[in-house]
Amino acid sequence: MDGHGGYVWFAYLIAILVMVWLVAGPLFRQSRVRQTVTRELRRETARHHSAGEAGKE
Amino acid sequence: MWQWFHRLGSPRWFYQTSGKWLPWLAGITFVLLLIGLVWGLGFAPRDAKQGNSFRIIYIHVPASFLALAGYYVMAIAGAVGLIWKMKLADMVMKSAAPLGAALTFVALVTGAIWGKPTWGTYWVWDARITSMLVLLFLYMGVMALQHSYTSVDAANKASAVLSLVGMVNIPIIYKSVDWWYTLHQPATIKFTEAPTMHPDMFHPLLVMIVGFYCFYALVLILNTRSEILHRERRSSWVKDVVLQNQR
Repeated sequence: MDGHGGYVWFAYLIAILVMVWLVAGPLFRQSRVRQTVTRELRRETARHHSAGEAGKE
Repeated sequence: MWQWFHRLGSPRWFYQTSGKWLPWLAGITFVLLLIGLVWGLGFAPRDAKQGNSFRIIYIHVPASFLALAGYYVMAIAGAVGLIWKMKLADMVMKSAAPLGAALTFVALVTGAIWGKPTWGTYWVWDARITSMLVLLFLYMGVMALQHSYTSVDAANKASAVLSLVGMVNIPIIYKSVDWWYTLHQPATIKFTEAPTMHPDMFHPLLVMIVGFYCFYALVLILNTRSEILHRERRSSWVKDVVLQNQR
């Protein structure tokens, strides 16, 4: 490989790592937002139920 | 026509429409990049002078192209947000900044690695390389401004202004190899002439360039969707989307 193989593979490694990070980043961020929204929805439903029971008493 | 423009400005419409096309875009991106990489690394002939180190071109050139084109995307999105006060345009501008910065970083690093066996040095304050470094600082400046204000509107305005002012750097980078006596070689790919590169080397490069454009679009859309979900997380349509995905 006339001694330049190391340079080529290292350059490709850095590029691929950056590209994977670029795709994974927003996907992780989205899943965090979904978790936050789900938690908030559960809290709202719990509040709704307890308010409903308080109203019945 | 204005109806389409206003609909385009709706984050919810963008989120739902982009969601339909995303799997196709991801598939096309993956296939193009895979073909380009295998072709360029495995089948393109060695360079007469540089040997195999020239294969870095298949990452370096596409990343550079997108670093420049992406800056225009960011600046135009900033201008649209500034002029028409479109929320979605501001979100696209915010999404384009880290993406452009990452691609500029890849271009600089792969260029430095290529420079060592070719020029004997990792870095030189050459016109093109220096102006690409300035481009990286501009992207990072836009990202920093996004976090510097408590008001989202003020942050967007400042980012848009910096993006627009920095646009002057793009033609400088592009013409630097013609205007100055630079170490970096002049353009191989020109609009008006045939490329100065053998077709067996050039065709995989074209595939990689198109693949990188698709990759840019993919990541920009992913970033914008994540920004939309975050900003609109209290709205009922986002709650519906989250509930739907859990079924």
